[in-house]
Amino acid sequence: MSRRTRAAGAAPEQPAPEAGGTADPANVALFDQLAAEWWDQSGPNRLLHAMNPARMAFVREAAIAHLGCDPRARRPLAGLAALDVGCGGGIATEALARMGAATTGLDAAHGAIAAARDHAAAAGLAIRYLAGEVTELAAREPGAFDLVTAFEVVEHVADVHAFLAALRTLLRPGGLLVFSTPNRTLASLAIVKLAAEYVTGDIPKGAHDWRRFLKPEEMRERLAAAGFRVERLEGLGWSPASGFRVGGRTDLDYIGAAVAV
Amino acid sequence: MPEASEADVLIIGGGLVGQTLALALAAHDISTLVVERADPEAHLAEGFDGRASAIASASARMLRALGLGDLLDGEGCPIARIEVAEGLHPEILRFDAVAEQGEAAAEPLGIMVENRALRRALLERVRQTPLVRLVAPAAIGTLVRGPAAVEARLADGRQLRAALAVAADGRQSRTREEAGIRIARWSYPAAAVVSMLAHARPHGQVALELFYPSGPFALLPMRDLPDGRHRSALVWTVSRRDAAGVSRLGPRAFAAEVDKRLGGRLGALETIAPPVSWPLGFHHAERYRAERLVLVGDAAHGIHPIAGQGLNLGLRDAAVLAEVLATGARTGIDLGDPALARRYERWRRADNSLTAFATDTLARFFGIPGRPVERLRRFGLGLVERIPPAKRTFAAIARGTAGDLPPLLRGELG
Repeated sequence: MSRRTRAAGAAPEQPAPEAGGTADPANVALFDQLAAEWWDQSGPNRLLHAMNPARMAFVREAAIAHLGCDPRARRPLAGLAALDVGCGGGIATEALARMGAATTGLDAAHGAIAAARDHAAAAGLAIRYLAGEVTELAAREPGAFDLVTAFEVVEHVADVHAFLAALRTLLRPGGLLVFSTPNRTLASLAIVKLAAEYVTGDIPKGAHDWRRFLKPEEMRERLAAAGFRVERLEGLGWSPASGFRVGGRTDLDYIGAAVAV
Repeated sequence: MPEASEADVLIIGGGLVGQTLALALAAHDISTLVVERADPEAHLAEGFDGRASAIASASARMLRALGLGDLLDGEGCPIARIEVAEGLHPEILRFDAVAEQGEAAAEPLGIMVENRALRRALLERVRQTPLVRLVAPAAIGTLVRGPAAVEARLADGRQLRAALAVAADGRQSRTREEAGIRIARWSYPAAAVVSMLAHARPHGQVALELFYPSGPFALLPMRDLPDGRHRSALVWTVSRRDAAGVSRLGPRAFAAEVDKRLGGRLGALETIAPPVSWPLGFHHAERYRAERLVLVGDAAHGIHPIAGQGLNLGLRDAAVLAEVLATGARTGIDLGDPALARRYERWRRADNSLTAFATDTLARFFGIPGRPVERLRRFGLGLVERIPPAKRTFAAIARGTAGDLPPLLRGELG
């Protein structure tokens, strides 16, 4: 039995996503299962931990460029409302809160949200965590956010257009979306899917369906169709010497900033 | 139970490096609790410590950026030239700030300042800085480094909490020991006798480093005394065997011994601080970090004082750690995140190892007795003198401007 089938088999124990939700039930179940391991830096999510400094530096630069944040401030996002979609255990969410934003974390997996709440409480961070669907939150709180982040999420989503449209609804006009996602190349198939999931175990098995990955130009088209203007799109590459770094090759993973028009 | 005092960073040890680090972090909006065993006022008392430090120019830029410029200009003595020679032999290697950089651009090779004055200025700044809270005199009872925070209980029951602990508690660091971090160490068969002398002739802002068979004899220019007499700090390396005898010499006999080694070049000498001897050793921690803990200064490394780099290495640790933590804070990273500690360690380890290796080699090379070696040394000094790139490299190492510098060491507040 493959890991993927097992993950799907566990799904009935989980609350089923609402009709019209964008999250894939099999993926949600898998992420629930990993809840306890979210904050183990040498555990299954070590790649997400390793990527975090690079992508948060990108968020900071984008917020300075497009939201007028102070480049010298210790808490550059102070005064802003931020939403981290697909927040998992809260690795990026906590960073947004520390950067000063009034922060909400949203994930369809209840287990991950429970782990995130525990961790934020221990760290003394006030973060609103919600278990649920991005489409529901968009219906309830349209235009409520200055900044939305979605790191390594769009590749797990069943309906990309509905997902991006919901993110656009959640942002105020002029608000900023920062996202990252793996590219659909042979290199990313080899590394993200095969090597990292199966050989080194750096990513939990069954976490990705490579066919769902979007190429940067496809991502640009879909963002434009959902009401975004892409301001910056860069590779999120890795090297043994410097770890994860923004810039350079986009063939594995890429990170982008888009403004809600 | 009383509520715990909280800050971003808990600094254990409020010495020169610990306080400088606290000020550097405050300049980046990062709050600190500094726990120091000793009463800071007692440390300032006349005669507590006759030592002086050579602040390399990179360190001086940082201290200026942190608001200590008045101390350096008002109480420091710039080193305009360094002369290195084998005893009183005329073959000399000169590092000259003006000759090297031109009159206008000349930055001194270093600034000599009394440790006591530096301590007083740091304490004043610390007291004016709301983001630094000095907890002293106080001792850490227990230190618990957990997954979410560091919690310390002081011997008197007070509780402190922070995201990261920094061990700045010196060469015998208890924090390092309790974290199970081992150190490599050896001692040199030598001791440094430290004293201060008044002299009749001006030193001309020249630092002398004269090599004698027992080890280097360094005379460093200090600011004139209030009564107008000229003054220099002495660091005289003698064999460990002789150290006790030398430091027991009466003030006149001591001055006479010094004068013999100077060949009378500074005129009549008077011993104005009782000679104190310090055993010389080398130590280097196997790593600079553990969970939610990093080591700085003497807690991480201690080197031979031959090139006056010990304090400067510690100040460079402080500058780099402040830069790494500031970058982390601005991108919302938990200050106790191991990725930040790793970055600090990688950045500092190379510089500390290189400087430790260079000073150790220098100490051994100049400590070997015998005429052939003397000739070789003289040849080496002459060679460096005649090869400008080699000289520039040595000068950059002395200034602390070699390698990859964080903004603070360029005098900028990132």
